[in-house]
Amino acid sequence: MIAQRAAEKLKERFPDAVLSVSEFREQILVQVETSTVRDVCIFLRDDEELQFDMAIDVLGADRLVVEGTSEKADYINDPFDRQIRSKKQEISMNERFEVIYVLYSNKHKEYVRLKVSVAESGQKVPSVAPVWKSANWAEREAYDMFGIEFEGHPDLRRVYMPEYFEHFPLRKDFPLMGIPGSLPLPDKQ
Amino acid sequence: MNKDLIDPTKSKIYEALIDQYTSIESDDPLGSDMILNFGPQHPATHGVLRLLLRLDGERVIGCVPEVGYLHRGYEKLAENMTYHEYIPHTDRLDYLSPLSNNMGFALAVERLTGIEVPPRAQYIRTICSELARISSHLMATGSMAMDVGALTILLWTFREREKLYDIFEVLTGARFTTSYSRIGGVAQDMTEDVEKMIWQFLDYLPEAIQECERLLNRNRIFVERCDMIGIIEPDDAIAYGLTGPNLRGSGVERDLRRDTPYFVYPELDFKVITHEGGDSLARYYVRLDEMYESAKIVRQCLEKIPKGEIHANKPKKVLPSKERVYTRMEEMIHDFMIVNFGIHPPPGEMYSAVENPKGELGFYIQSKGGGVPWRLKIRSPSFVNIQSLPHLLSGVMVSDVVAVIGSIDPVMGEADK
Repeated sequence: MIAQRAAEKLKERFPDAVLSVSEFREQILVQVETSTVRDVCIFLRDDEELQFDMAIDVLGADRLVVEGTSEKADYINDPFDRQIRSKKQEISMNERFEVIYVLYSNKHKEYVRLKVSVAESGQKVPSVAPVWKSANWAEREAYDMFGIEFEGHPDLRRVYMPEYFEHFPLRKDFPLMGIPGSLPLPDKQ
Repeated sequence: MNKDLIDPTKSKIYEALIDQYTSIESDDPLGSDMILNFGPQHPATHGVLRLLLRLDGERVIGCVPEVGYLHRGYEKLAENMTYHEYIPHTDRLDYLSPLSNNMGFALAVERLTGIEVPPRAQYIRTICSELARISSHLMATGSMAMDVGALTILLWTFREREKLYDIFEVLTGARFTTSYSRIGGVAQDMTEDVEKMIWQFLDYLPEAIQECERLLNRNRIFVERCDMIGIIEPDDAIAYGLTGPNLRGSGVERDLRRDTPYFVYPELDFKVITHEGGDSLARYYVRLDEMYESAKIVRQCLEKIPKGEIHANKPKKVLPSKERVYTRMEEMIHDFMIVNFGIHPPPGEMYSAVENPKGELGFYIQSKGGGVPWRLKIRSPSFVNIQSLPHLLSGVMVSDVVAVIGSIDPVMGEADK
């Protein structure tokens, strides 16, 4: 398994940056320190043995109501409890969002995943768009949907929503029905 | 809200076009420098893709693609419905191959939940994916030929695709929005009539493709329109994250059917088609040859397909059959629980991808143990492929833009999610 090997190598090379390594369904997930993610990615891409030469996906995620608290039990009992989104702030807002990198090595034909956590406001993630060109739009999408900002991104615009839209639709506190008036119709003429 | 922001000439997309190419002098005394807005309502953009092109005379010197005109928020919807309820929505992603989207999504949820699907269902899924690939490639070939002016091919490939849709109708009950997969199996069994129809189709298909080939492969207009335009080198193609026929058209052998085995592909004998060149013509050839390979795969599956169950034996995770729901108490309870509260995969997060006609379709699912996914990210191949358009289009003539877009075969339903 080259993904396990990658995790070991990362631990050797960046002992402070690798926070944890977990495995689920035979897939390796490496949690790394946010500020070092670009160096980690460059290492994974350029290392002779590993050669993770494709960034298949970069995605954001919101963990407003988080695992391990009492919310989880409620969630199972009533999966359609929309009110759950208002019961927020059990976790520290210092790690509200996460950005997940799905990398692929054409040499070994295997995936590895990295994860960083991002604070609700003020924290920027180093962009990996200079490392892999495919990360460019993926990071724009994460910005569009969650408002996660990437530092050093060449062209950080919204990708799906109109550029005058003021909210971030995939955040858990954005209502499913949308916010009335946030998308104005063209003037009748 | 500031009304100025809605004024198109003050929008950020124009700024992006100008900023990116500030090195090229824009105060041109002869006035050959212009900005052309291409789409979103242009018929050759295969949907609602918008390109903002900067032209120097007839040559494209800058391009900014804009997507999102078909954005329906499927990732948000997924967080508010059970896994079973989401299957019909996967039809609307890549609407030219709904069957393979269904299969990809069901596979992702099964990998997350840990369900092993019985062999007969695996074979049916493989057959469905490959038939969907043939139908999508027929459409891609036809519309690409139409984009460069050969209208006959579109009518011919449509005729063949129509026969496939007749098969889908008998097999799934719907021609277009099939919703055929279930978590842990498929909706209903494949009857012998369907097998017979597929055999008939397979006997006829090579001849039909060759008919198109005879009109195109030595057609000087078609070849010269597509040859040596929209070139992407293998290294760039990998860096841009291209997948599927577009990557294999650059000579990179990457096919998830072989590399990360799923369904029954490891038991089958097939080639990974690659073509050197990386131009529009190479991508066209890859699609043509893949249709023959897909037909070969379907033949092998039909020969090998075993009899047996089409649902996994996991009563609390897999929907029971309808007769059992109406006659047995246990099954009725399970049906009620699954339909109303969903299956409850264990907490965890995982990524699962399949090789779709357009490229790698991936689902990243974060589960908190509830009946609905906490976060479901769709990695859609068309979105990533469209991203490479500025690279492919730099330096081509404005009339070749449609030939390049046709050759990367984007589907906006999938790119915009």
